[in-house]
Amino acid sequence: MPAHLEPESAAAADTARTVMDGSDIGRALTRISHEILERNKGGSDLVLLGIPSRGVPLAERIAERIASVEGYAVPVGSLDITMYRDDLRMKPARALLPTQIPNGGIDGRTVVLVDDVLFSGRTIRAALDALGDIGRPKAVRLAVLVDRGHRELPIRADFVGKNLPTSLVERVRVRLLGVDDVDAVTILGSEGEGA
Amino acid sequence: MKRHLLSAADLTRDDAELVLRTAEELRSLADRPIKKLPALRGRTVVNLFFEDSTRTRISFEAAAKRLSADVINFAAKGSSLSKGESLKDTALTLEAMGADAVVVRHSASGAPHRLANSGWVRSSVVNAGDGTHEHPTQALLDAFTMWRHLAPQSGGSLDGRRVAIVGDVLHSRVARSNALLLRTLGAEVTLVAPPTLFPVGIESWPVETSYDLDSVLPKADVVMMLRVQRERMHGGFFPTAREYSRRYGLDGRRMATLQDHTIVMHPGPMVRGMEITADVADSDRSVIVEQVTNGVAVRMAVLYLLLGGSQPAVSTEGLPE
Amino acid sequence: MTTYLIKNASILGGEPTDLLLAAGVVREIGSGLSAEGAETVDATGLVALPGLVDLHTHLREPGREDAETVESGTRAAASGGFTAVHAMANTEPVADTAGVVEQVWRLGREAGYCDVYPVGAVTVGLAGERLAELGAMADSAARVRVFSDDGKCVSDAVLMRRALEYVKAFDGVIAQHAQEPRLTEGAQMNEGELSGRLGLAGWPAVAEEAIIARDCLLAAHVGSRLHVCHVSTAGSVEIVRWAKAKGWDVTAEACPHHLLLTDELAATYDPIYKVNPPLRSAADAEALRVGLADGTIDIVATDHAPHPHEDKDCEWAAAAFGMLGLETALSIVQETMVDPGLLDWAGVAERMSYTPARIGRVADHGRPIEVGEPANVVLYDPAARRTVEASESASLSRNTPYAGMELPGRVVATFLRGTPTVLDGKLA
Repeated sequence: MPAHLEPESAAAADTARTVMDGSDIGRALTRISHEILERNKGGSDLVLLGIPSRGVPLAERIAERIASVEGYAVPVGSLDITMYRDDLRMKPARALLPTQIPNGGIDGRTVVLVDDVLFSGRTIRAALDALGDIGRPKAVRLAVLVDRGHRELPIRADFVGKNLPTSLVERVRVRLLGVDDVDAVTILGSEGEGA
Repeated sequence: MKRHLLSAADLTRDDAELVLRTAEELRSLADRPIKKLPALRGRTVVNLFFEDSTRTRISFEAAAKRLSADVINFAAKGSSLSKGESLKDTALTLEAMGADAVVVRHSASGAPHRLANSGWVRSSVVNAGDGTHEHPTQALLDAFTMWRHLAPQSGGSLDGRRVAIVGDVLHSRVARSNALLLRTLGAEVTLVAPPTLFPVGIESWPVETSYDLDSVLPKADVVMMLRVQRERMHGGFFPTAREYSRRYGLDGRRMATLQDHTIVMHPGPMVRGMEITADVADSDRSVIVEQVTNGVAVRMAVLYLLLGGSQPAVSTEGLPE
Repeated sequence: MTTYLIKNASILGGEPTDLLLAAGVVREIGSGLSAEGAETVDATGLVALPGLVDLHTHLREPGREDAETVESGTRAAASGGFTAVHAMANTEPVADTAGVVEQVWRLGREAGYCDVYPVGAVTVGLAGERLAELGAMADSAARVRVFSDDGKCVSDAVLMRRALEYVKAFDGVIAQHAQEPRLTEGAQMNEGELSGRLGLAGWPAVAEEAIIARDCLLAAHVGSRLHVCHVSTAGSVEIVRWAKAKGWDVTAEACPHHLLLTDELAATYDPIYKVNPPLRSAADAEALRVGLADGTIDIVATDHAPHPHEDKDCEWAAAAFGMLGLETALSIVQETMVDPGLLDWAGVAERMSYTPARIGRVADHGRPIEVGEPANVVLYDPAARRTVEASESASLSRNTPYAGMELPGRVVATFLRGTPTVLDGKLA
């Protein structure tokens, strides 16, 4: 990686702008959790599947909030979409990320896919293909922390933490405790990295 | 990873661990209703088998098909190979068909090296066993099986684990590949055989050697029995099958000297009653059937990592935790 | 017949002088020579050596004219500075009768690039079962004196004893390919740490040494002459040294590839390096060089073994044994022996011309460059360097292990009885 792309570099730090801090993220997830429950009329038959890597801790946090409201645990898992990516052939073979389908499976359930940033929509397209190989859910919903626009496919999110208008040259970076050392969503100029 | 998998020595520790972790992800596919992933859609994998090996061929075939690759099986029997067509001409034919990977099994040591390095083909070459040289995917599936059983109790690695490999080391490509790979993964390998079945120069291998199975067994975490062909008897490598079994076979009495957690492996096909008795092969310690299941997952991992992207996986990136 | 005046040649590396070659002999030697109508060759900086004699060449004709013919093989020989070669008997049909050896001998005469001395088979069809008609071959027009089953070993001790005894009647010699067959079944490369690692069946040194030791004892017992082909191991050098110390009539040859190359090359699995006996360890190569320098090894012989492309463009085990050698032999001797100071040019003449001719009982070759001697002369530029190109070989085959390698020296001219077979580095 060239030095000027390092997120820690001075150039990136200069142009980084925090748009959500820890408490913003917490509130957004709480709201999403309530919206999911409302839309689903409760937590029964729900399965939350995070898309690795940062969709997974988000799914877990939503599940915690649902559990505290409903009083019972909602199944949480992860769904790796690496092999379903449409740009698989454009880079060296990528390492796989964990796929963990909860014991009850997904057949006849409402699956909520959870990801950090919704951008082109290609990741979600891949996730829908991956789901189809695993089972037949009753319905599939999409929850994202940030929707930054610029869709390239007819896909939209059902639950959005924050709509974030961006320009194509900008990068949105999500950091989450557990994976990273801080909870934060930042926008970086064209020099930075992110989704 | 390199473009070809010819020898277990081609794999760095990072490469090998990437294969194991990828295999771990892929292993769960066997439990799903649709045992198929789209990663190699449109890629062509040729199984080029100059030597009969139904098990290995089927394993590679299942692996490639589960990744949605097109598979062409090219066996010596019933093809032009049995009419004496050369390795080179066969390779040129496959190249013309647009093979992306050639999985080759050959009775001549080094044949996959020739295929990969002679300029005959541009595809990736995967060694599926060459003569008495190497069988790297077998070593990977063996290591994967050990790793699943032993690594969770030892910090996720095989560091310091003791593996005894017993039998016809001289003629065994499995022993060669395992010795190299297990060393890379940090395990301590002891090869056990009668002196006639060790190759010259064994003392320079990165392994311990012993002529005495009974002294090795109590310390081992893994005991891998190698197939011993009865024909070797006629080469004078040992006097009789009975004497061989008595000195180097794994039977119930010897199994009782193993530690509680020790597993028993065999690359197959087994010669029951020769190197292993039926009660050992069918015991709870035996992971021989699991080795077969793991073989498909490991070969999927290898094919995916070699062919899934624009070039082989860059293993040093590792996996994000 | 053209007369050649060679100016400023350094005979065996000595002071530059002129040589006049006329009517097939060396007419005059001295400084400032001139001759009316003579073709002048400027040999400033060149070493003049007696025409080289190879005791071990495979010309493949009759039978494998796709690999080499007597004509192409002798062209390669001339390019390498040879004026005489001994053609091994493992042709198809085998050179085990007077008819076949005369055919080869005649083909050599017609080709005209160098003299061809057929080697006769020791046993019928090289089968190692019964003696071929050694006497008939000796009495034929080819006047065979060297007998060998090369490629195969006369492993039967009784048969070897009889052969050694029988050739005494016509001052012949048995040139043994020392390879104990049971110890080398399926053997592919030198047996050692590397063969174990590569999974290639080993060819142990003891399989060579045991036969050499036995044959030395047999030759001593029956009072006959033994020549040991392509000695390849340090142990073999020791055994030959011991036999010579006993005063026994044993001679031995080493091949250029065994002086220069080692078994590490097998790790490429490229059968261009597959040869019999196999390339050995660096310590073996070192022992051969020392043995060649101190005279334990009497001569350098090429074991030039042409093979068609397809016999090398395959997997190792399926490939043929052998490599080209005639055109690179002198360069490799310079590289391994002369440049490191182990041998001077007089020593090279001894080991590549005088002694091989003496072992083969060839009268008109291996003669010193002196007035009145046959004008078999090589002019060699030791200061030149060249990168070996397989495609430039005069051989019909391309199986040189030296392709792409930079070697010292270049044969500028070869004269066979006063007629140039090579001039200005090109075949005449």
